[in-house]
Amino acid sequence: MSESFDALRDLYQDVILDHGRHPRHAGRLAAFDATAKGDNPMCGDRVQLWLKYAPDGRIEKTGFEARGCAISVASADLMAEIVAGTPVEDVRALFSAFREMAKHGDGPDAAVAPGGKLAEKLERLRPLAGVHEFPSRVKCATLPWHALIAAIEGTQETSSE
Amino acid sequence: MNMHDTTGMARLRADFPILTQRVHGRDLIYLDSAASAQKPRAVIEAMRVTMETQYANVHRGLHWMSERATDAYEATRDDVARLLNAPDRAEIVFTRNSTEAINLVAHSYGRGVLRPGQAVLISEMEHHSNIVPWQMLRDAHGVGLRVAPVTDAGELDLAAFEALLADGTVGLVAITHMSNVLGTVTPADRLVRIAHAHGAKILLDGSQAIVHRRVDVQALDADFYVFTGHKLYGPSGIGALWGRRALLEAMPPFLGGGDMISSVTFERSSWAQVPHKFEAGTPAIIEAAGLSAAIRYVEAVGYDAIGAHEARLTDHALARLAAVEGVDILGRAQDRGGVVSFTLANAHAHDVATLLDRQGIAVRAGHHCAEPLMRRFGLDSTARASFGVYTTEAEIEALAAGLERVREFFA
Repeated sequence: MSESFDALRDLYQDVILDHGRHPRHAGRLAAFDATAKGDNPMCGDRVQLWLKYAPDGRIEKTGFEARGCAISVASADLMAEIVAGTPVEDVRALFSAFREMAKHGDGPDAAVAPGGKLAEKLERLRPLAGVHEFPSRVKCATLPWHALIAAIEGTQETSSE
Repeated sequence: MNMHDTTGMARLRADFPILTQRVHGRDLIYLDSAASAQKPRAVIEAMRVTMETQYANVHRGLHWMSERATDAYEATRDDVARLLNAPDRAEIVFTRNSTEAINLVAHSYGRGVLRPGQAVLISEMEHHSNIVPWQMLRDAHGVGLRVAPVTDAGELDLAAFEALLADGTVGLVAITHMSNVLGTVTPADRLVRIAHAHGAKILLDGSQAIVHRRVDVQALDADFYVFTGHKLYGPSGIGALWGRRALLEAMPPFLGGGDMISSVTFERSSWAQVPHKFEAGTPAIIEAAGLSAAIRYVEAVGYDAIGAHEARLTDHALARLAAVEGVDILGRAQDRGGVVSFTLANAHAHDVATLLDRQGIAVRAGHHCAEPLMRRFGLDSTARASFGVYTTEAEIEALAAGLERVREFFA
């Protein structure tokens, strides 16, 4: 049994269990500039997030409400933490790198590391890379990011399908 | 068949080749039969033999091979008629699955017979396949849609059901014979009597029920009954609609094409007799052979033995799961089949399913294509263990032990 659960420790690392259980950024923002919902119709996971921009256009703050598994809640919370203070174009680059990491287990560092400025942020998402071994769970990790991009683009609703 | 002891169960399980597979290095414990059941060797062989020895298109060739294929295909219709105790083999229409059968009725009976202003009555515990076709009918044809509520125990609220029929505008009741989430078996014979007393026809969705108990459409006095082959140990891609002949004859066709016509000119076409009117295009010929074998397999095991076995397993599962700290079982119906939905405190159903999977235990997690029912109970998802003829008490024990580990993992 222990060897079966060892593999699960890659998926459910302590940082994920911790953020899944005690998200720091859960909750709707009282004042926000954009909001969007993400929906995974296959499993019923839902996330809504609220976004506030700083005067210089960077993301100042993100709050979210999620009804989903430990992976999706932890991913939303880590995302909110990491994108704070990040310019929108860097958020897009981070998302595409994170998506690669979630699917394949490692990030295309070169794509996000012109000058290495995003490498540190991507590294903080590394605990979620374990989902690549669980194909049905990749969308749990990427759903909050789809919602974030939708909020940025003003699409309001998105789906991880 | 002996399903009481380990020897008998070992013999039965040997009929299902897939059960020897290992998953993540562990013996497969397949507790997802309500989504789709595994196949006995007899089904696999019947399909192989069809392809190897008597395969051709049906209903059109004048050659020997086509005649044999047609005979075999039509023999499946006899098997389905016997399974349902249908009075007339022409009342059996082959479809791809239950979903297509319900869509057929929603389209052909819904648009052809029901009038705008009439209503269809469903229940809160329907699978999406028995909700969405009726919404489509409502939006396209002006037929109302009413929903009978479910009690906290997960049973149909019969008083509310009857009250929704009282004004006489419901033309058709479409309701599950057994919930795929709650395991609840609905009192179909009473529902039929109530529907008829208020002038409504009734369709029963037997996708789950027919796996667990003997269905007799004449004793039920139903008007339509649908089921799918793949949950009944048969192949995917074939299911059936039974409907009273007079109703089927009054209904316009569903899909147009070959095999469903008596003649075609560019000005007009005329339809074949039932059931062929509803079977456009080349049907699931190989799957029909598999379905026949599945029906014969179920008949050989016997519904009495199946019912007793599953009642034993379900009672055992309910007791064992309830003993796991934090487990909450959804649905406490008196009359139920081998499906148990549950939640575990501090762990989302998807996480539960992933952790069980790593122990070789396959369960379903999610909304089970019954989102409105989930919402009714204030849930987004549950985990669900469902049982088949091959499920053993040892597997229920493994599930309970596996859940203890999941609980510790997320504690």
